[in-house]
Parts: sequence; C-alpha cells; structure tokens
Amino acid sequence: MATQTQSEFKSFLKKTYGWYTGGFLAFVIILAIAEQMGLPRAWIGYIFLFVTVALYAGIGIMSRTADAAEFYVAGRRVPAVFNGMATGADWMSAASFIGMAGTLYLTGYGGLAFIMGWTGGYCLVALFLAPYLRKFGQFTIPDFLGARYGGHLARSIGIFAAILCSFTYVVAQIYGVGLITTRLVGVSFELGIFLGLSGILVCSFLGGMRAVTWTQVAQYIVLIVAYAIPVVWLSVKHTGFPIPQLVYGKVLEKVTEREKQLIDDPKEKEVRGIFAERAKAGSEKLKGLPKSYDDEKAKVAKVLEDAKTANAPADQLKLAQDAVDRFPKSTDEAKAAWTREAGLVARSRPPLRHAEAFPGADEKARDISRKNFLALIFCLMVGTAALPHILMRYYTTPSVKQARESVTWSLFFIFLLYFTAPALAVLVKFDVYTLLVGSEFAKLPAWVAAWQKVDPSLLAVLDVNKDGIVQLAEIAIGGDIVVLATPEIAGLPYVVSGLVAAGGLAAALSTADGLLLTIANALSHDLYYKMIDPTASTARRVTLSKIMLLVVALAAAAVAAQKPADILFLVSAAFSFAAAAFFPALVLGIFWRRANKWGACLGMVAGLGTTFFYMTQTQPWLRSIFGVTRPIADAIWWDIQPISAGLFGVPVGIAVIIIVSLLTPAPSKDVQELVDHVRYPHLKGDINTQAT
Amino acid sequence: MELTAKHHEYWRKNVTITLVLLAIWAIVTYVVGYLARDLSFNFFGWPFAFWMGGQGALVVYVVIIWFYARYMNNLDQEFGVAEGEED
Repeated sequence: MATQTQSEFKSFLKKTYGWYTGGFLAFVIILAIAEQMGLPRAWIGYIFLFVTVALYAGIGIMSRTADAAEFYVAGRRVPAVFNGMATGADWMSAASFIGMAGTLYLTGYGGLAFIMGWTGGYCLVALFLAPYLRKFGQFTIPDFLGARYGGHLARSIGIFAAILCSFTYVVAQIYGVGLITTRLVGVSFELGIFLGLSGILVCSFLGGMRAVTWTQVAQYIVLIVAYAIPVVWLSVKHTGFPIPQLVYGKVLEKVTEREKQLIDDPKEKEVRGIFAERAKAGSEKLKGLPKSYDDEKAKVAKVLEDAKTANAPADQLKLAQDAVDRFPKSTDEAKAAWTREAGLVARSRPPLRHAEAFPGADEKARDISRKNFLALIFCLMVGTAALPHILMRYYTTPSVKQARESVTWSLFFIFLLYFTAPALAVLVKFDVYTLLVGSEFAKLPAWVAAWQKVDPSLLAVLDVNKDGIVQLAEIAIGGDIVVLATPEIAGLPYVVSGLVAAGGLAAALSTADGLLLTIANALSHDLYYKMIDPTASTARRVTLSKIMLLVVALAAAAVAAQKPADILFLVSAAFSFAAAAFFPALVLGIFWRRANKWGACLGMVAGLGTTFFYMTQTQPWLRSIFGVTRPIADAIWWDIQPISAGLFGVPVGIAVIIIVSLLTPAPSKDVQELVDHVRYPHLKGDINTQAT
Repeated sequence: MELTAKHHEYWRKNVTITLVLLAIWAIVTYVVGYLARDLSFNFFGWPFAFWMGGQGALVVYVVIIWFYARYMNNLDQEFGVAEGEED
C-alpha cells in the first residue's frame, strides 16, 4: 500500500468500513431471524463472542507489521475521521459503556460530572496539545518530555507516570472483559479474562498501533450500534419518538412528578421505616460486640424453645428454626452480617430527586456537594487531556491540520454515546418508577425475574412490608443493569442483549489495547531504546515491544483475577495522577519558552506527590495501607473528596514549574528552537524532529 | 531560525483565540455548574442546568473544537505556515 496516495487510501477505508458496517448489521439481522426460528440463547452468546473476537483478530493479522513507524504510530497516515473513531473506542471503556448510564440513574444530576468531565477534556486536548504534539511527531509522550526538558530525568518521570496511570486503568478493563465474557457465554471469571486477553493480544501483538487503530475503528462501530438500538426502541415505547436526546425532557418531568408522589407515599414510608429500624438494630448489635453475640444467640434459641413448648403452628416453628440455623457461626461472621444490616440505612432514605442539582439537608451540605461536583469535573477534564494513551493517538494523523480536525471527530464520536446516556438513565427510571413500582409481586415483569436470578447484586426486589405490591424502596438496583437490561425492558429479542454485551466487550477490549500499547512502548521505546541501548535496531525494538506487551498483559490479568476491591477508586485516581503529572509540564513546555528541565522535573514530582499524599490521607483503603490514623476531618482540605485530589496536584505542579524555572537558567537555544518548531505547522529552514 | 514579525503575530492570534475559546469552555462548565440551583427554569421540559450538563455543554464543546480547527487551518494559510502536500 506504500504507493497509494492518501486520498486513495481514504476512499479505500471508507469503502471497507462501509461494507463492514453493512455486513455487521446483516449479521445481527440474520441472528435475529435465527432466534425467531428457535436458535437457543446460549448459542447466540457464543456466536457473538466468537464472531466479534475473530473479526478483531482477523484485522490484527491483516495489519501485522515489524516496521517501527507502523508499529508505534500506524505509519502516520490515519485520516482525521478514522482517527476520531479509533480515539472514541480507545477512550470509551467498559465503565463508559456499561457503567455511565447506571451512575446517572443512581446519582441524577451529580453523575453529569462524568459526562461533562469526560467530554470537555477534549477542548483542552484540542487547544493545548494535539496539534503541537503532532508537529513534534515522535512516538510517545515521554519522548516529548525528554526532548523538551533535556534528557533522561524528565523522560524517566514521564515513563513512571505513564505506567502508573495506564496500568491501574488496564487492570480495570481486563476485569470488565472478564465480567462480560462470563455473562455472555457463562464461563468462569478467570477463563473469561484469558479468553478476552487473547482477543486483545492477537491484535496489538501482531500489528501494534496499526492493528489497534483499524480494530478500534471496527470496535467503535459495534459499540455505537449496540448502544443506540435499545435506547431508540425504549424511547419509541415511552415517547413515540425515535430520538431520545430531543424528547426525554418530557419524560424527566413525569419522573419528577412521580418522585414527589413516591417521597410522600405512606406505603413507601412504611418500607423505609422498616429499613431504618433494621439498620438501627444492626448498628446497636455491632456496638455491643463481642458480648452481644452471645446475647443474641441466646435470644434466638429461646424463641425456638418457647415456640416448641407452646406448641406453636408449623410455620412459626419453622421461622424460629431458620433464625437459629442462619445465626452467624462466629463473631466475625456476625460482624459482617450486622454491618450489612446497619448499611440498610441507605435504603431508609427517600428517593433522590433526579433533576435536582446538589441535594443536601442544609446550605452547607449543598455547598460541599457543589464544590466536589466542580472539582471532579476539573480533575476528569484535565486528566482526559493528559492520559498518554489518548494523546498518543494524535501522533498518527498525516498532518497538524488533520490532528486538529481529528480532535473534532474524536469528540463527536464520543459525544454520540455520552449525550445518549442521560436520556437512557431517565427512560429506564421512568419505566421502573411507573411500571415496576406498584405492580404485584405475583406478576413481576419478565426482565425483573430473569435478572434477579442472574445476579442479585444487580437487581433484587423483595416484599419487605408483605403487602404484595412493589414499593420503590423494596427495589435494590445496581448501576450496571441499566444498560444490560435495557433490551429486555424495551421488549427486544435476546439477540439485542447479545449485541449489547458484544458492545461492552468491544469497549473494554479497545481501551485495553490502547493502554497496553502505551505501557509496552514506554518500556521498550522510552526506557530501552532511548535510555539503555540507543543503537538497537528497529526489528529488535519492535520485538522487544511485543514481548513487553505480553508481559504487561499477563501481569494485568493476574492482578485483575484477584478482583481488587477498590478498582473503581483506582480508575478515577488514574485521572488525578495523569492530570497532575503531565498536564502542567506538557502545556507549559509548549506555551512558555522559559520552562526548563529543573522546573519541569520538580513540578511533575511535586504534582504527583501532592496528589498521592492527599489520597493517602483521605481515602479509606489507602489510609489503611499507609497506617494513617488522624481523623479524615483533620486531613481533608476544603471538604474535597480524595477522587479529586488532582485539584491540588495540578496547581502545585504549575506553581513549582514556574518558580523553579525562574530560579534556574533559561533552557538552551536548541530547546527554544524546538518550541518554535512545535508552534508553527511549517517554518522555512525548520528543524525536523519526526521519528521514523 | 529567526522568527519574523509575521510569525509573532500568528502566535499572538493563536493564543488569543485559544483564550477566548477557553473562556467559553469555562463559562458553560463552571459558571453554569456553579449556578446550577438558580438556573433550573424549565427549558423544553428539562431544568436548564440539567440540560446543559447532559446535552448543551457537550454540543458547545464539539463546536469549540470544530471552530478552533477551522480557524487555525485558515490562519496557517493566511500566514504562510501551512504544511505542504496534503489530500
């Protein structure tokens, strides 16, 4: 294809992906027909998993390469539109695809911080980074730090930070892959991880960035189709109009109306009262440990004894017997069980008003909620503009002009999913509030029964007050179900559920691919080639990168298989770390000629250090690891949650870079020329920094 | 290499448009976000701030980036710093 011109290449791509999209839709339709003719559900799951993974692997095999520029930056000829799609798939992870609408369902207005944060960050990418990095034109983000801030020190800090952010993130993706594969074909979680991993590896291993790019374009198409179909259907069901984003305001009004009724409904209050009492009893028993364990044990035993002596009816006797049988076997078990009971206090609260911004008991609580909302948006935005696996994508376009256009396309393709999620959350809420709440337990909708069986942590509906009618307070719902169950809520055939799972898988695989490549490149290109052995041949570098991919992938899979408890926190922490480590050094490196080596190095360390320090002081899991004992109330600054620690790290980083740079000599003439070089797309007599 | 006055003007224009767009970005995100409780008038069914967070701000972000790309690509031509061969 070397002789092809760029425009021929572009029309070739358009044709190929056009056929691909048509073929994919035809495949779904054929499966739908097969389902009507009696194809079992398990088969549909297998076919989806096999066909999509084989497809990605096929693209990987077709794009295999050992050329450095092809392997690291896809030959720098990815047209803006296609780079946009690839960035979209790279960006949207399992959390965006499956979790986002669920978060919005559970937290209402508060969840919009993620929607705005994860889209608005692209404005920073476009205005401050993408065109300049493209002009610089090397392979990685540490490359830029190394060249701009003279040498190995800045590069090393960059490598460390890139691996820190990307590894935590990739663990979460592989975890997501395991979950979805398990759901789709019913294999064990560990097997699911390794099935998914093979799909990730065959692609990035053979063809590096080139294979990953063309696979990500294919994955984007799968995931956007999978997201759109159920929402459109649900929208037609509730509004009669197929574009939910335009009309869900009316549905939101009805939901708000219904919330008012449910908050004051006496039956709802009764259920919430029951939970409040159980929570109170649970926390009292907890406080009384270990003495309360023996007391409670004696109490249930006595109830059974009394029932026996009084010749109580059989069902009462059975209840008393159950209470004895199910009584915790040890104080540790009792502690766990009673902690769960005490946690029911969350269910004793009235439902949240979906559209209300910053709910809170008083002015102070609302103010804290507002501060944290804005702080989270800030960290997510700046973090987005500093994650190496995203920035790296803008090295792959043919020119600065196309890099700028490519950011527009990236955000446009991401926008399509993100501005649909709030609509989906409201539509599902409307369905639950009006159709599920108030229905009889004897006649629950089919999807409720089905999902209760699959996973009670996703959905559990229990008749707490024994009136035979579903109250909202009786429904315990996990966020992920919003996307996973939408096809069934909308009354679509099972094939669409399979499609949604395949979409989630595409989202997780594509993000994992991009991240793995970032880590492998940091190790093989930046650490080995640039710092250890600059004479290494191209073939050797690419081979080393492939080995690193394998090692990192296996390491990440091993960590994911442990099911780390605080995985969600780790992912959000990655944003604060990236924001504090990279954003100040990268942006000042381009916009402020005077920024120098010592300023940047100390600034990156100070930014990362501040962020990390704040997290260790305020995040429960990290506090326990580092043995921090002073109360959170003393350690917390301006009531900002640890997830937004970057709010402190970024300004500290900027301040340190400026102060230290001014106290030390200005950078050399070469570095100043580099700054001019990246600022202008073309200069006469320009230096050339492009790596091949 | 020496930069001419024209080059400096190009960069000044770039920085100006960057700051203007950044200000718009900050207004739709942080000013609207800060005033969210006061901006809850009915906007075609949505409370305004909710609509901005879910839809409006996102549209503005896409337009900001689109406008910047178009403006800068024209500016490159005008100041003779555009790249050479392209499709």
